[in-house]
Amino acid sequence: MINRFEVDETNKMIEQEKLDVRTVTMGISLLDCIDSQLDKVNEKVYKKITSYAKDLVDVGHEIEVKYGIPIVNKRISVTPIALVGSAACKTAEDFVTLARTLDLAAKEVKVNFIGGYTALVSKGMTQAEELLIRSIPQALACTDRVCSSVNVGSTKTGINMDAVKLMGEVIRETALATRERDSLGCAKLVVFCNAPDDNPFMAGAFHGVTEADAIINVGVSGPGVVKTALEEVRGQNFEVLCETIKKTAFKVTRVGQLVAQEASQRLGVPFGIVDLSLAPTPAVGDSVAEILEEIGLESVGAPGTTAALALLNDQVKKGGVMASSYVGGLSGAFIPVSEDQGMIDAVNRGALSIEKLEAMTCVCSVGLDMIAIPGDTTPDTLSGIIADEAAIGMINQKTTAVRLIPAIGKKAGDTVEFGGLLGYAPVMPVNPYSCAKFVSRGGRIPAPIHSFKN
Amino acid sequence: MKKTIITVVGRDTVGIIAKVCTYLANNRINIEDISQTILQGYFNMMMIVDASQSAKPFGDVVEELDQIGEEIGVKIRCQHEDIFNKMHRI
Repeated sequence: MINRFEVDETNKMIEQEKLDVRTVTMGISLLDCIDSQLDKVNEKVYKKITSYAKDLVDVGHEIEVKYGIPIVNKRISVTPIALVGSAACKTAEDFVTLARTLDLAAKEVKVNFIGGYTALVSKGMTQAEELLIRSIPQALACTDRVCSSVNVGSTKTGINMDAVKLMGEVIRETALATRERDSLGCAKLVVFCNAPDDNPFMAGAFHGVTEADAIINVGVSGPGVVKTALEEVRGQNFEVLCETIKKTAFKVTRVGQLVAQEASQRLGVPFGIVDLSLAPTPAVGDSVAEILEEIGLESVGAPGTTAALALLNDQVKKGGVMASSYVGGLSGAFIPVSEDQGMIDAVNRGALSIEKLEAMTCVCSVGLDMIAIPGDTTPDTLSGIIADEAAIGMINQKTTAVRLIPAIGKKAGDTVEFGGLLGYAPVMPVNPYSCAKFVSRGGRIPAPIHSFKN
Repeated sequence: MKKTIITVVGRDTVGIIAKVCTYLANNRINIEDISQTILQGYFNMMMIVDASQSAKPFGDVVEELDQIGEEIGVKIRCQHEDIFNKMHRI
């Protein structure tokens, strides 16, 4: 029998602590849209997306009403376009037509983002993959809802340094191509190492080739809920702290599981995974940084930050795993700067640097995320940062990613505005010393050894 | 049969229960359990109801109850029971 305290607790989480389901993402395979004629590929892609996802937003809304829980985003991920367009696209411009088609399809079915303008080049690049990567700046500048990602390394293959070098240039060009909008294009571009096939979160979502024809993946959230729960156990020992995080993560994830199953059943599409991430938003009280401070840090970035984050991330997984029948995606605490008011405050008070953020990414998902850096940062330096982050992922057998925004015309201490869920960000200084000779060597870093762990 | 949970929270005033119950009766929604209390002037009620005989779509009931709540200055939520079952039961 349901009792009032439980009902009140749930509703307090939703109303005051900003509990929500962050995203319901439909993954759609476009492998059957491959054709040697570009017109036909575009036509098939548009038709498949708009027919499979036509009810996605309405069903999402019905579930919101039924359970009284907000579902913030309804999104689509598709098969990496470098594969879909490989037979038809002979130039970078050909790939851009596919980006436009994805954008039109996303607008037709009213989803706010579509991910999968992607190339998986962890070991080598085909000609088509290189064309797609080179087309990214233009594709992101002329579309509104398309998100792009490139996987440049993995634990099994090592790091493709040619792709890393190229991505430094592509990020810079994307920033230039969207300079009128504070280099917004870069907020829709992620460089991965060990990218998962079933990630529901943007900008890195794509529908991997190991997946079924269509699938529903759900990303949960709830930093505010964890923060409030921890306020109740202030000053108590680590055992109590960890138990509290686990119990809270369980409850949050159960809501995600419920929504995922219901969406899957209503849409007639199999349920894929729940992604157990703690995803912050710029709203006050919806911050991962505030959780870390509640655990006992004066400010995020203080000594102890990495340990606190490691603990938080692990307990969220332990609590969440039992709450869902299938867990996948990125599953961990996100530490974006622009999307988390606590992180922004820490940067502004001088407590948090890129180097500390890099250390934090060793123990959580997902990487250097939504960090604005000076507009004059060179492509080589961008490549060096990508290589560092990819190395952390490769050696530690985890997903890492880089989503940096070189804010054109701005310097350290300035602010860039993206609006909405993407928030705003202080421009952070980058180490000025060059790594040009390192990233220009060419070739790839070999896969790491899996023994002698130290 | 799956139930619906209605919660009413807000400043206490005359006729809150009457208003909500009249609406439910008019829409053939049967009340199976009510618990209600007043804490420091704040009205807090939870109802377990069976809406299976109601002709109205669930979304309309949610919206109309929300409107009634606005009229009398309280927050009325109407949710399928499974969100609570899932969250608090293994």
